[in-house]
Amino acid sequence: MREMIRLLVVIAVFSAVSGGLLAVVQKGTKDRIEYQQLKFVKGPTIHHILEGSSNDPLVDRFKLPDGKEERNFFVGVFDGKADVVAFEVFGKGFGGDIGVMVAVNVENDEIVGIGVTTHSETPGVGSRAKTDPSLSEQFKGLPIKEPFKVKADGGQIDAISGATVTSRGVCGAVVGSGEIYMRLKKDIIEKLKAFKA
Amino acid sequence: MAKTVVQEFTKGLWAEIPPFRIVLGLCPTLAVTKSVENGIGMGIALTFVLVCSNVVISLLRNIIPKQVRIACFIVVIATFVTVVELVMQAYTYPLFLKLGIFIPLIVVNCILLGRAEAFAAKNGVISSFADGLGIGIGFTLSLTALSIIREVLGSGTFYNIPVFGPSFKPFSFMIQAPGAFVCLGLMLCVMNMLGKK
Repeated sequence: MREMIRLLVVIAVFSAVSGGLLAVVQKGTKDRIEYQQLKFVKGPTIHHILEGSSNDPLVDRFKLPDGKEERNFFVGVFDGKADVVAFEVFGKGFGGDIGVMVAVNVENDEIVGIGVTTHSETPGVGSRAKTDPSLSEQFKGLPIKEPFKVKADGGQIDAISGATVTSRGVCGAVVGSGEIYMRLKKDIIEKLKAFKA
Repeated sequence: MAKTVVQEFTKGLWAEIPPFRIVLGLCPTLAVTKSVENGIGMGIALTFVLVCSNVVISLLRNIIPKQVRIACFIVVIATFVTVVELVMQAYTYPLFLKLGIFIPLIVVNCILLGRAEAFAAKNGVISSFADGLGIGIGFTLSLTALSIIREVLGSGTFYNIPVFGPSFKPFSFMIQAPGAFVCLGLMLCVMNMLGKK
């Protein structure tokens, strides 16, 4: 019995020390990992839709609480004015969630650009939503409040042929982004003031 | 039995070089040696974990009860592997994405458990350090050698730099799984011929 307790104590102490150490390392690397993930996973899309901005949107970012979630917003400075924010929303695709980065101009509530970040759509079919700009280009300059739909559903967006479900998912995500944007607009504008150069 | 520290170090470089002499840890060897970058990255990660776990296990060898020693070894190894995983995510994210699942799989790498059980649990801290460093560097050298052959023949590049002219047609068999087996087998054969007296 005594022996048994000794074994338990040793294992427990080992695990506790290891857990503590890992917590420290995790805390120390957390911000850096977050930045790296943004840079390599979402970075290319963000840079693409905010092309021409004079700042680095990955550095100029802020967080806002939205219900239980926390959302990341990336700031784009154009002509010396920080009036564009990009944020990620998700829509239901054919093979799972599609991540869509939507950039909005807060002055006129128009979409500056959208781009697909992550997806698990069929390679060569639904995956074109990310590689082929013909879908995402259609959203440029449209008001974000519009109820986007693909033409097959009586909307205004030309779906990628053969990938209607994926295109529908992207539209759904953009509609969702409009709701989030209207809900948080006040806070976004407040936060943007800090970035005005 | 009484080997010097230098001998403990150098045995990992030739007499007991993994995976050619100690045929252990083949899973990452076969899987990641598609390119030199991956091979070196994997080797360095394993060396770090091996040195740290050898030192810690050797320090604690009188505290660890015999009956639960394997569990204790695994806790120590898993801790260092997680540290490596976090650090790689924070500083070399693209490499981390390429090595993927093989970083966490270092935990069950037989070289680590083998060295812990066969060496660190019975020897002093300094010789355990030398042993871990030697075996780790040996493993890195082997992976690098294997990945040089596979990358040069399979992709026609060395560390992502093209080595042949544009007329070179990559022997893509070499970067696929069967190529890994054939290449490793031939290298083992050469090592055995060299080692035969």
